[in-house]
Amino acid sequence: MSPEARPPSRSTSRDLERYAGLFASRTRVMKSSAMRDIMAVTTRPEVISLAGGLPDTSSFPPETFAAITSRIAEQACAKALQYGPTEGLPETKECIAEVMAAEGMRVDRDDMIVTAGGQQVIDLVTKTLIDPGDVIVAEGPTYPGAVPVFHAYQADVVQIDMDAEGMRVDLLEETLDRLERDGRRPKFIYTVPSFQNPAGVTMSLPRRKRLVEVAAERELLVLEDNPYGLLRYEGEAPEPLYALDGGVYVMYLGTFSKILSPGIRVGWVVAPPPVLEKINLGKQEADLCTSTLSQLMVQAYFEIGDWRGYVRSLTGIYRARRDAMLAALADHFPPQAEWTRPGGGLFIWATLPDFIDTDDLLVRALRDNVAFVPGSGAYLDGRGHNSMRLNFSGSGEEGIREGVRRIGEAIREQLELYGTLTGELEAVRVEPDEADAGPADRDVGGRVVELRRREGRPRRAGGA
Amino acid sequence: MSRVAVLKGGRSLERQVSLRSGARVQDALARLGHDVVPIDVGVDLIERLRAEAPEVCFVALHGRDGEDGTVQELLEILDLPYTGSGVPACARAMDKVLTKHMLVEAGIPTPEFFAFTQMAFRELGAAETLPAIEQRLDFPIVVKPSSQGSALGIKFARSAGDVPAALVSAFSYDARVLLERYVKGRDLAVSVLDGDGGPRALPVVEAVPREEDFYDFEARYEIGRTEFVCPAELPDGVAERAAELALATYDMLGLYGFARVDLMLDGEGELYVLEANPIPGLTDTSLLPMAAEAADIGFDDLVAQILELALARAPRV
Repeated sequence: MSPEARPPSRSTSRDLERYAGLFASRTRVMKSSAMRDIMAVTTRPEVISLAGGLPDTSSFPPETFAAITSRIAEQACAKALQYGPTEGLPETKECIAEVMAAEGMRVDRDDMIVTAGGQQVIDLVTKTLIDPGDVIVAEGPTYPGAVPVFHAYQADVVQIDMDAEGMRVDLLEETLDRLERDGRRPKFIYTVPSFQNPAGVTMSLPRRKRLVEVAAERELLVLEDNPYGLLRYEGEAPEPLYALDGGVYVMYLGTFSKILSPGIRVGWVVAPPPVLEKINLGKQEADLCTSTLSQLMVQAYFEIGDWRGYVRSLTGIYRARRDAMLAALADHFPPQAEWTRPGGGLFIWATLPDFIDTDDLLVRALRDNVAFVPGSGAYLDGRGHNSMRLNFSGSGEEGIREGVRRIGEAIREQLELYGTLTGELEAVRVEPDEADAGPADRDVGGRVVELRRREGRPRRAGGA
Repeated sequence: MSRVAVLKGGRSLERQVSLRSGARVQDALARLGHDVVPIDVGVDLIERLRAEAPEVCFVALHGRDGEDGTVQELLEILDLPYTGSGVPACARAMDKVLTKHMLVEAGIPTPEFFAFTQMAFRELGAAETLPAIEQRLDFPIVVKPSSQGSALGIKFARSAGDVPAALVSAFSYDARVLLERYVKGRDLAVSVLDGDGGPRALPVVEAVPREEDFYDFEARYEIGRTEFVCPAELPDGVAERAAELALATYDMLGLYGFARVDLMLDGEGELYVLEANPIPGLTDTSLLPMAAEAADIGFDDLVAQILELALARAPRV
């Protein structure tokens, strides 16, 4: 390569220190660069990754994809290549209304904006509502992908513990009282009520009703993030918060990522008109409009494809994988471990004894070529260090079984070592009948996601 | 003008840093007019090296395989000259326990420590000795894996109750860990660069945390959370003493070409050597390039000199 073709010489370290003074405080990241480097290693091909959150796009029929694109080429080529309205194409909104109706929600087309995936909704809502130091109430653990967004807007995030019925609304009310006494008013409550990421639990109907009441009583907005509601493997779906509230205080986040494709990046937000107007301005600033091509792909798919049939096929695939993971956990995880038993979605949340740090356990597990997401990324207050998120949608059943077996082995090794170090061997030994117990006996129900607040390492978004 | 293979990436936990170091070295080598062959080190390393037939290898790997002598051994077998330290020096420096034993024997100050393998706890009842060690080292105690290059796996035990969990964490990285007396003070790094007149110490870099949490090792490596000052503003004689200790450590380990020695300066003005890194980072935020620049050696000149030293080294017999 000729020297002329090289990029200009890179900045020197001294220059970089100079730039460091220019970076906005919101660019300061929560996760250490060391942790990010470790997560990069999890993508090596030989690693069985239970770390991702990837839908299995290999199950999408290529002939359908071809039909969608050729239909757009024939019927809407110029339109697909053009800008569109900021709020989204009317035909795409019809598809959205159809998906929401499938979950029991009726929605006015004017109350929605089509976005670049669900992630953009979290960004736009936070941008619209949060000044630095404002409070967001979220579940503990919360969606790890929301954490950097909240952090970027320097929100102060208060996390509410969950149990098998989702967010503890009683604790929420206590927390809201406490915040009020301190003269602080939260701007919105962020929740993933169905098959929560990362905890895998679903908020019960009574809790949903109470949450909606609390929001109305206190005039607080709720952002209901519902990417997985249609990926249900058993049982009846409780009504969405949006349906219970009628769209007065509940903003709704939906996405085609888990029912069609994450690669096309199409999601949506439904919100009360005054809020939506501000979100619309934020969307204009950010990207003018969501990809017209992507929106037309959704529309073409809904016309010529069978979206309900595809969701059914995905549900079958994921149900088998979830079952494989639950069985493998019962077989290979030690009795001191606890985990959730999700009725849908993509994730299981497992919690280990307090003395195991899953950041470090991940490094040990990577030696055996298996990866998970350490729980610390789902908290902003230093908790989660002994938990992990396991994904069952992105690997085949055989990979899931082998991956869980390897993680289980690494945990046992650490438990034994700890027992040796403390002399508490009895805490470690597996009693024969305990080891024989089936998954039902080991399902610990309500305790699974309740975590004691750990001392030390307090972390907060923003500089507050 | 040489055909230079830049070895980077690899399987270690410091893969990302290595990719950044490697990319920067590639750019410099290209500017210097060399024919550059980038190689992300993997199972096809030998195959690639045979096919590409470089005249010399620039080893920009960090951590396991690249910094512990493994890759260097392979390059010796292939008869390929390479940058930086040879196999025995890499093996010694990557092993913090061995390094510290050698420092003690050589009379170079290093924080008091005890080292264990997982086996010692499992099969020799080493846990029984923990109370005695805790008494001797006093809290907080630093617990770290013997061979991890970066700050990964390093924990502070503030009380006896923290020690077992800290050991379990450290054993996630290595089969051997060390418990070390915590030296509270200033965090210094001295880079060493070989040259015609023998190895010389470059100006001292100090890592100054912006936040008052001295226990957060991770903060050190985050831009904006730690400020790096070079040359460090030190009391009279301290920079000279740090340079002397760094050079003594460099010689003792048999390092070659370049390296970085990390030290602590305590409140009484005493210096302690913590460890030596045979292949310190070469990224745009790394300390060796920063120190070189403070000595008026630009990055391209630094790379040129490291390469020249590789070609000048007599082959191992």
